[in-house]
Amino acid sequence: MKKALQTFCFFLALSFASYAADTPVTFTSAIERERYEALLEELRCLVCQNQSLSDSHADLAQDLRDQVYAMVVEGKDNVQIVQFMVERYGDFVLYKPPVKSATWFLWFGPLILLVVAFAIVVIFARRHTRGPRALSKEEQNQVQMLLTQDQEP
Amino acid sequence: MRYVIPLGVFIVLVILLAIGLRLDPRYVPSPLIDKPMPPFELPDLANEAAVLTNSDISGKPHLLNVWASWCAACRTEHPLLMRLAQSGETSILGLNYKDTRDDALAWLGRHGDPYTQTVFDHAGKLGLDLGVYGVPETFLIDSEGVIRYKQIGPITPDILESVIKPMLEILGRKN
Repeated sequence: MKKALQTFCFFLALSFASYAADTPVTFTSAIERERYEALLEELRCLVCQNQSLSDSHADLAQDLRDQVYAMVVEGKDNVQIVQFMVERYGDFVLYKPPVKSATWFLWFGPLILLVVAFAIVVIFARRHTRGPRALSKEEQNQVQMLLTQDQEP
Repeated sequence: MRYVIPLGVFIVLVILLAIGLRLDPRYVPSPLIDKPMPPFELPDLANEAAVLTNSDISGKPHLLNVWASWCAACRTEHPLLMRLAQSGETSILGLNYKDTRDDALAWLGRHGDPYTQTVFDHAGKLGLDLGVYGVPETFLIDSEGVIRYKQIGPITPDILESVIKPMLEILGRKN
C-alpha cells in the first residue's frame, strides 16, 4: 500500500513538472498575463497555419511565445509587439488582417456578395408576384370582338 | 439562353477553384524583401572564438542558406548547394539554425561543406529576425546587404536556373 502511494506521488509530481515546463511564464501583474494571453490568441503560428500561437505545439510557436513573453515583460505595448512580428513574418501572422488594398476584397467581398444575392432575390421575387399585366385598349377591343363573334351563330 | 447565367457562374467558380488549388498555402510572402539584412553578432560555427557580423558578409551578391542537422529537407537540398559552391558562380553563407555545434559540424563532415562561412545561431535569434519558419530557407542578398529574394523550402534545380541564377547575374552586373 505504501509502495502504491509512493508511486502515485511520484507520477503526481511528474505531471506537475511537465505542466511547469509547458508554461514557464510568470508575471508581476494580472494585466501583463492577460495581454500575453490575448496576444497569443491574436498571432498565428506559421508552421501549423490554422493554429494560434497559444494552441500550437510547433517549436517555432514556442520561440514566438518566448519572444512575446520577453517583450511583454520588457514593457513593450501590444502595437509594438504585433509590429515586431509583422516586420518579420508579414501580415500572415495576424489572424485579423489589416484593411489595405491587397485585403480589400477579403474584407468587403462578402458584403458585396450579400448585396448581389439580395438583389437577385428581389428581382426573382418581383417577377413571380407580379400578376398578369393589364390589357391595352387595342387588346381589349380584340377580346370584345372575339367574344361577340362567338355568340353570333 | 436561360442556361447562360448558371453556366457563367459555374465557369467563374471553376476558374477560382483552379487558381485556389494552384496556390501554395505554405508560401508566405516575406516582408523582408528589399529590406537590409538584420544586424547580427554571432559566433562562427567552425571557430567558436570568432564573431561574425554584418560587415563580414557584404561585398558581392551571395546566398544565405539557413540549415540544421535535424532538418531532413536540408539533406535533399545539399547536393545542389555543393554543386553550386563548386561551380564558383556564387558564394554561399551558411546560417546554422537552432542546432548544436557538434551535430552541425558532424553533418558538414559527413555531407560536405558548401559554405564559405557558417553563422552559428543556436538560440534562433537571427532566424527569428529573418522570419525563418521552414528550414531550409535561402536568402539572396545583394552587394549592399539588401535581401532580394527568399526561397522557403529546398531550392529546386528549376528555381536555381529560372530565378536565382538570373537574379545573381543582374545584381552582379550592377557593380
